[in-house]
Amino acid sequence: MVYPRREILDPQGKAIASALSRLGFATVEAVRAGKSFEVELRADDQAGAEHILSDMGRRLLANPITEDFWFELEEAEP
Amino acid sequence: MRAGVVVFPGSNCDHDVYHVLAHVLAQPVDWLWHESSDAGGCDLIVLPGGFSYGDYLRAGAMAALSPVMAAVRRHADRGGLVLGICNGFQILLESGLLPGAMLRNRDLRFSSRDVHVRVERNDLPFTRCCEVGQVLRMPIAHAEGNYVHSEAELDRLEANRQVVFTYVDPRGALDDAANPNGSARAIAGICNEAGNVCALMPHPERAAEAVLGNVAGLWLFQSLLAGVAAGVGAGAAEVLR
Repeated sequence: MVYPRREILDPQGKAIASALSRLGFATVEAVRAGKSFEVELRADDQAGAEHILSDMGRRLLANPITEDFWFELEEAEP
Repeated sequence: MRAGVVVFPGSNCDHDVYHVLAHVLAQPVDWLWHESSDAGGCDLIVLPGGFSYGDYLRAGAMAALSPVMAAVRRHADRGGLVLGICNGFQILLESGLLPGAMLRNRDLRFSSRDVHVRVERNDLPFTRCCEVGQVLRMPIAHAEGNYVHSEAELDRLEANRQVVFTYVDPRGALDDAANPNGSARAIAGICNEAGNVCALMPHPERAAEAVLGNVAGLWLFQSLLAGVAAGVGAGAAEVLR
């Protein structure tokens, strides 16, 4: 998951929030718009997979100046 | 001045830049294909505007990893001149050759219109024919030109005099209404610390011929010509030859 950093203004999220409230979702407080990626990869173990994904996030999937990223691991069927 | 114009899949201002350099200024120009790992013997490399790799992931993110960018980095490390225009600016940010990042324009719109920028320094090969404070009217055409960095890094950028162009009103005064995209500190163009890599969001190549009704962009290209003639960036060409 890649999301704009908290301190960064997210005009896209703001526009979506105001569209939701126009639709009548009056309880919407805030929306942040991000991206998600599904990456299938081979790794020896969980630590190995975490290491690879951190590296990917830092070097390509997220821009560290404007975005934060995190990930969830799921073991694929053998 | 031998110039190289990089062509990425999705570049769309490459021919405009080529035209200005080759036909308006009568300089030798090479195309540098994105898969090429050699920048030849260029004095100047231009990263043109467009939508390299379809702006996939983030504008400039994919192009920053293309083979030609390794050659551009070597050229820059040797003191060679690099000019990034619009998408070229985004690519230089994503590749780390210039500091900072771009967000979507604050109004979320693609903005295509003339803006005014003020030249903040003229001790660079990119602006040496300009006056400090000179106002240039040039077109912009982008959706992600909202320059951002941390406050500390913005302070550093200003302290290092790396802000080269600022969005201003036609009289040269700062005015939030004259900032077309919400850029921090109205930044329209910056350079690296060494001053040999420079990029801006406006398109000087679209304002470089009288027939187009605007020649403001020629100030930059003439500056580069004069800079190269004075030996700036020549070191890189020597090493590469």
